[in-house]
Amino acid sequence: MYPALWIAKTGLDAEQTRMATISNNLANVNTTGFKRDRAVFEDLVYQNVRQVGASSSEETTLPSGLAIGTGVRTVATQKLHTQGNIQHTNNSFDVAIQGGGYFQILHPDGTVAYTRDGSFSLDQDGRIVNANGYPLEPSITVPANTTSVTIGSDGTVSALVAGNTSPTQIGSISLVQFINPTGLEALGGNLYRQSAASGDPEEGTPGRDGLGTLIQGALESSNVNVVEELVNMIETQRAYEMNSKAISTTDQMLAYVTNQL
Amino acid sequence: MDRMLYVAMTGAKETLLAQGAVNHNMANGNTTGFLADLQQFRSMPVFGAGHPTRVYAMSERPQTDGTPGTMDRTGRDLDVAVKGGGWIAVQGPDGREAYTRRGDLEIDVNGRLTNGEGLPVMGNSGPIALPPFDKIEIGADGTVSIRPKGELGDALAQVDRIRLVKTPEGGFEKGLDGLMRPKDGQPLPADADQRLVSGALVASNVDMVGEMVHMIELSRRFELQVQMMKTAEQTASSSASLLRPV
Repeated sequence: MYPALWIAKTGLDAEQTRMATISNNLANVNTTGFKRDRAVFEDLVYQNVRQVGASSSEETTLPSGLAIGTGVRTVATQKLHTQGNIQHTNNSFDVAIQGGGYFQILHPDGTVAYTRDGSFSLDQDGRIVNANGYPLEPSITVPANTTSVTIGSDGTVSALVAGNTSPTQIGSISLVQFINPTGLEALGGNLYRQSAASGDPEEGTPGRDGLGTLIQGALESSNVNVVEELVNMIETQRAYEMNSKAISTTDQMLAYVTNQL
Repeated sequence: MDRMLYVAMTGAKETLLAQGAVNHNMANGNTTGFLADLQQFRSMPVFGAGHPTRVYAMSERPQTDGTPGTMDRTGRDLDVAVKGGGWIAVQGPDGREAYTRRGDLEIDVNGRLTNGEGLPVMGNSGPIALPPFDKIEIGADGTVSIRPKGELGDALAQVDRIRLVKTPEGGFEKGLDGLMRPKDGQPLPADADQRLVSGALVASNVDMVGEMVHMIELSRRFELQVQMMKTAEQTASSSASLLRPV
């Protein structure tokens, strides 16, 4: 009924979404392998109230029309897949990817999920699993009585079994990459799944074909920049306030009509 | 019947429309590459016989504010901002070439370079499509270079160049899809002097404080119009009471 009210309301909606995104980023500032989100806005279509070039009299036309936009819309929240800091933990099952690529994790529903979170450990069968207990794909089993496990920068996993003098290779970790990582669907639990927008995964050896190398004993920290998020939060809050002011002003205008007439 | 009431009513109505335009600008205060709409009133005289008093107000959008918004650093490789007042050519939803400041680029599943709204970015000849690559670089003059899949670090190949244009002589006009097109509708030639900054985005150019002041002004003007409507009502009722038989 009153476009001015609804237009300002879309502004509030958008800022609220942005605030939710910022809060989520801040909450995950210490989540291993977390990639921060960014809310992407676009202006909504314009309504042609009065066509430009319409005639104002028999001989003259209007030099400019009136097209009022209908507000703003959140198109997407975009994951920014930039590299996070590498932190050394000295835990032999912590693996960080230096460069592009994702680990493959076998999800309990049978599909393969992808992650940057390399905080692995062993389950009761000796398989390498992620923090949720989902096994790494392709599956690697560490034999019993292993004294140390070495993960090379190209993904080769070798184990030194007690009693042996040289380590034996027990498998290798491969990475995948996507043409459009932003299009990956976030599943939660640091996992992503391929989508129509991300394209198909291309598997490869770490360190080759643009894939990153692996660093054993290190983890990739979240790529959230706290200061940047706080600045974004201030900006969002002020924009929210101004949009709510726009609503209250429009409301006062309408209230004035009902009171005065 | 006295038309004073109607003149005041159109004044109030057009002010409310103008408030919509201001609210639209404020709602897009955080939209990447958004350009504020300017708003003005035009007087539309409707003179008939007798004393010429009927001048109606009309709200209109004469132009779009083309001043570049501030540049926000994001650090993302595919975020580009045009320095100064340049524009990036994209393919609009209607298939025609249009221009925008929005440079939050992405690569879709078919290898096409698109912006945040999903519109394909134009190169030297049509939308830019990229072969499979390991790394992408966007140069300051808009050249898109890639390291093809499986090649070594020094094998950079130049694929295309993002079409950058400057504001045409006749000026731009914002279409209903929010994209800018020259008034004569012809595609603009690429301008070799435009420069891109990688890792930054052009923010919305809405002056929030200015819009707030404009909003207050409009709301006071609206109250004035409503007051005039009330005065018209009072005048009518007092003349009615004068004519009432005692």
